[in-house]
Amino acid sequence: MADHLLEVKDLSTYFFTHAGVVKAVNGVSFTLDRNETIGIVGESGSGKTVAAMSLLGLIPDPPGKVVEGALMLGDRDLRTMSDEEMRSVRGNDIAMIFQDPMTSLNPVMKVGKQVAEAIILHQKKSKSEARRMAIEALARVGIPDAPKRAEQYPFEFSGGMRQRVMIAMAVSSNPDVLIADEPTTALDVTIQAQILDVISEMQAQFDSGVILITHDLGVIAEVADKVMVMYGGRTVEYGPIDEIFYNSHHPYTWGLLSSLPRLDASQKARLTPIKGQPPNLLLLPEGCPFVGRCPYELQQCRGEWPPEEAGGPAHGVHCWLPADQRLALRAALPQFRESAA
Amino acid sequence: MADWDSDKPGRDPYGSNLTEAPAVDARRTQEVVEEIVETGAKPLGLWADTWRRLKRNKLALVGLGIIIVFLCVGTVETVFYQAHWHVRSSPDTRANQRVPGYLAPYDPNEVNYALSPQGIGSPPSWKHLFGADFLGRDVLSRVLIATRIAMLVGIIAVAIALALGLLLGPISGYYGGAVDSVIMRIADIFFAFPYILFVLLIMSVLGQGFQNVFIAIGVLGWASFARIVRGQILSVKSMEYVEAARAQGAGDLRIIFRHVLPNSMAPVYVAVAMAIGGAIATEAALSYLGIGVQPPNSSWGLMIAESVEYLAAGNWWWLLFPSLALVATVFGFISFGNGLRDATDPKLKE
Repeated sequence: MADHLLEVKDLSTYFFTHAGVVKAVNGVSFTLDRNETIGIVGESGSGKTVAAMSLLGLIPDPPGKVVEGALMLGDRDLRTMSDEEMRSVRGNDIAMIFQDPMTSLNPVMKVGKQVAEAIILHQKKSKSEARRMAIEALARVGIPDAPKRAEQYPFEFSGGMRQRVMIAMAVSSNPDVLIADEPTTALDVTIQAQILDVISEMQAQFDSGVILITHDLGVIAEVADKVMVMYGGRTVEYGPIDEIFYNSHHPYTWGLLSSLPRLDASQKARLTPIKGQPPNLLLLPEGCPFVGRCPYELQQCRGEWPPEEAGGPAHGVHCWLPADQRLALRAALPQFRESAA
Repeated sequence: MADWDSDKPGRDPYGSNLTEAPAVDARRTQEVVEEIVETGAKPLGLWADTWRRLKRNKLALVGLGIIIVFLCVGTVETVFYQAHWHVRSSPDTRANQRVPGYLAPYDPNEVNYALSPQGIGSPPSWKHLFGADFLGRDVLSRVLIATRIAMLVGIIAVAIALALGLLLGPISGYYGGAVDSVIMRIADIFFAFPYILFVLLIMSVLGQGFQNVFIAIGVLGWASFARIVRGQILSVKSMEYVEAARAQGAGDLRIIFRHVLPNSMAPVYVAVAMAIGGAIATEAALSYLGIGVQPPNSSWGLMIAESVEYLAAGNWWWLLFPSLALVATVFGFISFGNGLRDATDPKLKE
């Protein structure tokens, strides 16, 4: 019996383009258990979505390819599966909720029918039974008057309601792993909390593991059990949520936390952005991808990717800065001064 | 706590006394809500919206009217033509001249030399509204019966072209690469040939006869449909809902025919309306050239061809009426197609 619901080890996904090799995901590892939520945080282009798409085998090939790593769903190896097997995994074992609910539903198909389609794909059900289940699924995610709404087209739904439909479709086959790729980014802030609640409810109902991809640390703080911080295709730091928020060891994580607005900061305080631009994935340095933007850059940072060091319980960090120096630097940051006080 | 309201006691920052604001009239609100519900504040569907804009285009409505009239005539003729042919030809029915449900007042193929004393037909009269041709056949009856052929050619030939186009276009657009190149180069070859010459070529291989006209026009028409569909699919296949369907584990066929194709159809409907007009015109041209519908059967193109030889004698009627029918039909389909294109184009939304 496998130890984890999902285990990703040293996943590397590259895109072989005319301009050169884009190392979109580079040696990423994580595990996921039932009823656990892992948050993957990072800027645009840090490889979050590519990592998720690699799990589903949906990297467009060519130019993309999963070049290395083990993707184990329980005892099954996702990388050695045939196309046929992979199709039955998608939606059935691993389901995905997309970022933009406005464009993720087929505009010419009735909502109920779209959900029913997802059910028929993976379960041997008659059409009428699938329809009934679709209406149940819509009601379960909190769509009022589901039988009537099922007969409507996506354009008659608001963004939040559409995202609920997407969730209903994703959980219709009771998936083990639910990937939510920025599920709240395209939504109104007032709706975001509702959608996160629905995802958590579904998770509790089906005992799923959730991979939550986002760049919003606020969302992560609300629902994740553990966090993986990605930068330039690498995991720079990972650990339980409290470790990342209160005991982070990587300068990039500090940067992310410092750029967040805080209720307890004085009104005059300005947000501290991370200077510079995310790196060009074609021109990634051999060493740490954060060089150039990192204020504490050392000589060896450019040369080699730092090995993993423990930052706390179940907490790993990749940084060349010596541990005692890291703690001293962190203590000097306003963000951490306040939270320590 | 906030203290900004305590430094200016008694002053209402908005300059109005809120306690005297009029109470909301609940009854009126209810009425307004009902009104909104009744007038259908519900957004319109694709077809309802298209129809709403099409209604304002008078030319397109005229076109639609013409199409409906000719389709009805064609349908009636098709249904009753064969059923009553032998009845009409039998001596008893010839006496009372009318067969129920059949629009043509006379047998279109009935030769009556009394109506063509000098072999050049006779001009329109009350008994023969469109006159008679060189064999004394009633032109009105022949025009009506030719409607059947015209509609059949329009619909069947375009159906063949559409079927081929909807099969090859999606494959080409969705899979791309070598498959796409091969299909599109073949389409280019079809486009490169002069159209009528290509039809002539196919007709000479298949032989004459009007079933072969369907096939020739249909086989030649696929390329333009395939191109339209392919172009649409290239843009639709990168939509997120296609990615979402794939993430649900849907296979290629399901994605193409359930998700991609239905979202690519709007320009195809327009092209169909236009192509029917074109196919009818092509049939007329082929019949005019003598390789389409064969005498004694009637076709607008054939009637025009026959009449031209006699034009010097001044018998305008049997050139004018089939030409009018042909022009009206083609105009109907093309103006309706044009209107449909304008109505489905979101950029032209007022």
